[in-house]
Amino acid sequence: MANLFSSSIGRKLLMSITGLFLIVFLLVHLTLNSFLLLDGVLGFEEGQMFNAGAHFMATNPFIKIMEPMLAIGFLVHIMYSIGLTIQNIKARGAARYASGSKTDDVEWSSKNMFVLGIFVVSFLVVHLANFWVKMKITGDPLLHQEASFPFMGAEAHGENAYALVNTAFQNIAIVIIYVIGCIALSFHLSHGFWSAFQTIGWNNTVWLNRLQTISKVVAWFIGLGFCVIAIAQYLFF
Amino acid sequence: MKGKTLNLKLKVWRQKSATAQGKFETYEVSNISTEGSFLEMMDILNEQIISNGGDPVAFDHDCREGICGMCSLYINGHAHGPDEDITTCQLHMRKFTDGDTITIEPWRSAGFPVVKDLIVDRSAFDKILQAGGFVSVNTGGIPDGNAIPIPKEDADEAMDSASCIGCGACVASCKNGSAMLFVSAKVSQLALLPQGRVEAARRAKSMVAKMDELGFGNCTNTGACEVECPKNISITNIARLNREFLSAKLKD
Ligand code: HEM
Ligand code: SF4
Ligand code: FES
Repeated sequence: MANLFSSSIGRKLLMSITGLFLIVFLLVHLTLNSFLLLDGVLGFEEGQMFNAGAHFMATNPFIKIMEPMLAIGFLVHIMYSIGLTIQNIKARGAARYASGSKTDDVEWSSKNMFVLGIFVVSFLVVHLANFWVKMKITGDPLLHQEASFPFMGAEAHGENAYALVNTAFQNIAIVIIYVIGCIALSFHLSHGFWSAFQTIGWNNTVWLNRLQTISKVVAWFIGLGFCVIAIAQYLFF
Repeated sequence: MKGKTLNLKLKVWRQKSATAQGKFETYEVSNISTEGSFLEMMDILNEQIISNGGDPVAFDHDCREGICGMCSLYINGHAHGPDEDITTCQLHMRKFTDGDTITIEPWRSAGFPVVKDLIVDRSAFDKILQAGGFVSVNTGGIPDGNAIPIPKEDADEAMDSASCIGCGACVASCKNGSAMLFVSAKVSQLALLPQGRVEAARRAKSMVAKMDELGFGNCTNTGACEVECPKNISITNIARLNREFLSAKLKD
């Protein structure tokens, strides 16, 4: 293990593991968000499923442990991305090709991971200000609206997280920011997902194409999933 | 079949020394046969410059048959020019059309400083090889070539990796100035064979350490290297290098 993280590959390993960890988080988050749309389909009253989900997240000890882990995951990913990007700019050198770079078949996202990351992080700030800060720190009148929902086989009362989210998504500006952030995320992941496996060393000539295809599917499933939910909330709820 | 001839305008990077300020110089060459090679065209250019009393353009070359890795040149936005899977010495003039302007630049990367005109210093690659790109052999009788059975697939894959000629097009094309394709090919060609396995862990660690020390960038798997590589070295070699390196480090 000695000085693994002072090597280029070791630092990239940190990027890939934190990146994959963040993807797992996104999948859980997406599942919870899908509750925003499913009440009608599954015979609940509007907002019941999401409120129950939010209540579960707020009270479950495992999630409580994962919350700081998630923050650390983001921090490590971002800090190392800055360090690696600075080193790469230095390694490229100051001189540029007058005839540019005409190499075909290079994924656009792979060349713009840092810029895409900045989009994601800016979106994240807006997103946390809209929801997380209100739920965890400042509180919001919408959260205190009466909310009851089935929870663990009984009727429970709790915060009305649905009202907060539903109200936010009536604001077209928030929906637009949300969609832009999620599309940037899709591009980031369409390269990031397979790249992480390559970094860990789990790739070969057979799996290269497969992983690249899976990567695109995962990326757009996540990104468009979030988008569709936000847009549907704006239009129909 | 008699080929056509071309009249071309060349924008060539001229730089007197490593520290001098360089700039593009424009030249015109005429009656270049489409059957000639790019380096033959450069020779004609130099004859012309010399007969006009000028200083010929310095560029690297040696075998002129695509196997030594000495030729370089970044031509019209591509390392080794617009053709696929070939070195500059194997680039035919038929890839260009009459009246074209061709921009010719040296490899550009912090790891490969310009020495003069189109020649860059690629000794960083030698240093990386010296750090571990070999197998240690004891003196004594010569062992029989077939004493150690090697599966055909492994031999083929090792041979593919070994086809890397160390030209540096991968570094020159990489937005991160990373040498991972080269290092991964050199690690793979030995790691895939039983003779190379013995020192595989140490090799991966010391070659990567040297690569980092010399200031090459961090691979972000863009794959530009693989596209521009004249020997079609696959980026799956990089996955193998990562595997070799990480497992060696984790065992420490
Ligand atoms: C939910 C958020 C995010 C997820 C799921 C995510 C995921 C990933 C993954 C899986 C990789 C591939 C790692 C590898 O190639 O080994 C990656 C690479 C990268 N990420 Fe992120 N990322 C996120 C946010 C960010 C942010 C906020 C930034 C920066 C401001 C960022 C910057 C980068 C950069 C620069 C790379 C390329 C690094 C490299 O390959 O060396 N990412 N990301
Ligand atoms: S990997 Fe390809 S481009 Fe890089 S040095 Fe070897 S032959 Fe040249
Ligand atoms: S001169 Fe030897 S490979 Fe081109």
